[in-house]
Amino acid sequence: MAKKPATIQGEKRVKTILTVVFAVVAVVYLLPIFLVLMNSFKANAYVNTETFAMPNEESFVGFDNYVKGMTFGNYPFAKSVGYSLFITIVSSALILVCTSMAAWYIARVGSTFSKIVYYLCVFSMVVPFQMVMFTLPKTADTLHLNTPWTIPIIYLGFGAGLAVFMFSGFVKSIPLSIEEAAAIDGCGPIKTFFNVVLPMMKPTMISVGVLEIMWVWNDYLLPYLVLDRKKYMTIPIHIQYLKGSYGSVDMGATMALILLSIAPVIVFYLTCQKYIIKGVAAGAVKG
Amino acid sequence: MALFKKKNDGAALNSVLVRRPIQKCFPIFLLPTFIAFCIGFLYPFAKGLFLSFCNFKTTSKWTWAGLGNYVKAFADESFLHAFWYTAGFALVSLLIINILAFTVAYLLTKGIKGSNIFRTVFFMPNLIGGIVLGYIWSMIFDGILSRYNTSILLNSTYGFWGLIILMAWQQIGYMMIIYIAGLQAVPGDMLEAAKIDGASEWKTLWNIIIPNVMPSITICTFLTLTNSFKLYDQNLALTNGRPYNGAIHTTEMLALNIVNSNTLKTKGVGQAKAVMFFVLVAIIGILQMKSTHDKEVQQ
Repeated sequence: MAKKPATIQGEKRVKTILTVVFAVVAVVYLLPIFLVLMNSFKANAYVNTETFAMPNEESFVGFDNYVKGMTFGNYPFAKSVGYSLFITIVSSALILVCTSMAAWYIARVGSTFSKIVYYLCVFSMVVPFQMVMFTLPKTADTLHLNTPWTIPIIYLGFGAGLAVFMFSGFVKSIPLSIEEAAAIDGCGPIKTFFNVVLPMMKPTMISVGVLEIMWVWNDYLLPYLVLDRKKYMTIPIHIQYLKGSYGSVDMGATMALILLSIAPVIVFYLTCQKYIIKGVAAGAVKG
Repeated sequence: MALFKKKNDGAALNSVLVRRPIQKCFPIFLLPTFIAFCIGFLYPFAKGLFLSFCNFKTTSKWTWAGLGNYVKAFADESFLHAFWYTAGFALVSLLIINILAFTVAYLLTKGIKGSNIFRTVFFMPNLIGGIVLGYIWSMIFDGILSRYNTSILLNSTYGFWGLIILMAWQQIGYMMIIYIAGLQAVPGDMLEAAKIDGASEWKTLWNIIIPNVMPSITICTFLTLTNSFKLYDQNLALTNGRPYNGAIHTTEMLALNIVNSNTLKTKGVGQAKAVMFFVLVAIIGILQMKSTHDKEVQQ
């Protein structure tokens, strides 16, 4: 269609072809997830040899893999799920509350100290975790931050950079007159923050929240190094432990656990995808 | 307020009316985050920087070693291999991911039916964690390769392309979202003018669309670059550096190499490697911030 201006009908046909092509590509794109689902119902011996075949009479084991997976690796999977959920929810909530308050302080006070903190936060965004991986676990041990109940403080510290950066960027765009009006009406800073500033921050809250949830939920190395491994596991640690341990691995049961761990993420994604796509894309500022 | 008239823009944003009361609430607003920041970032970072010049077995028992660790790191074949391997991986994945993501975004903004569903599908792998992702694909690759009596763990070429496929699957959707935002911002009157002047689709793409989405291209280039350099989970789960060739782990990337240096004997060297790794990642990050600073595309 180089020279002739495409007729409306021709354009329509191209669009229909494109839709069909994309539909095929989309199905192929989802194939890995289907494969996990399929193989989670197969006996271990068949996962490697008949990966792409539907479960048949011989290989089908029903929900055995799921039952087996629950206690697989001498650690209850439900416990890992519980710890993952707790750490993710508490860390994200803590980050949202603390950093939004800190960002408001930084953006509105503008003292030398707050500027230093701000630039340190920006700086921390470009530091990879490997830089602190030898020293952070020791610090966490000394301060007893090595349990699921206290690790959110570590997450707040290491994750503060991006959150403070995003929040203070937003605060700077809010007109000061609203807060001035609140101050004249006799609102204290705490009341002003929670009743006036926080509601305005909602879109940024959602973006930062999505980013932090996805980060903490999928994080492997930080909890692996910081937590007491014998007592506490999160889902990524659990799955890595199953596969990484020597000896034969029950692939069927592993696939069952993998499916269980991605199912909630997919449901979460499908229910609030608009916010998730926006939030994750906002993280593009991070180096 | 006239008292505080400064040239500085930041100061102009502050009024005493708002500032003073907040300042009094320092312990409530800033202190908690600042303390956590010191524990979780500042102190470990400073200590890490210091320890890179020391021999140490635990972080409290150290002896000064000067630049010895850095010299040892450069003499470490596996580290150099990991660096070049990572650089090669970054380049290949950068090209493949960006070309595919741009193509998908370009076609999806043409107003075809089902665009939203396709967008949802392509973005989804992004939310799956690296470890899980690695094991999903290792099952798939080994399912294919076992027919030829081999495995992704036995051949470094398979390991390289396997990881490329995995990363493409994960990241195309993300980059696509950024490109779609860029493409939707291309001025409509420019496109219309081109159409009236009879410009071919190809010419419109090269002369109008691509120059207009340059900011998105810059962001995506940097993002794929840093993602490749910082890649750890997927690398660990897919091959963990195998196959080994003597001391060299053929498919081991930088981050994994550093984590694998976490043994009692080589901790100091590992920390020195981590410092160099940090400098490298920071340079890329700062370049990214600079190049995207004037053209804020976010949100």
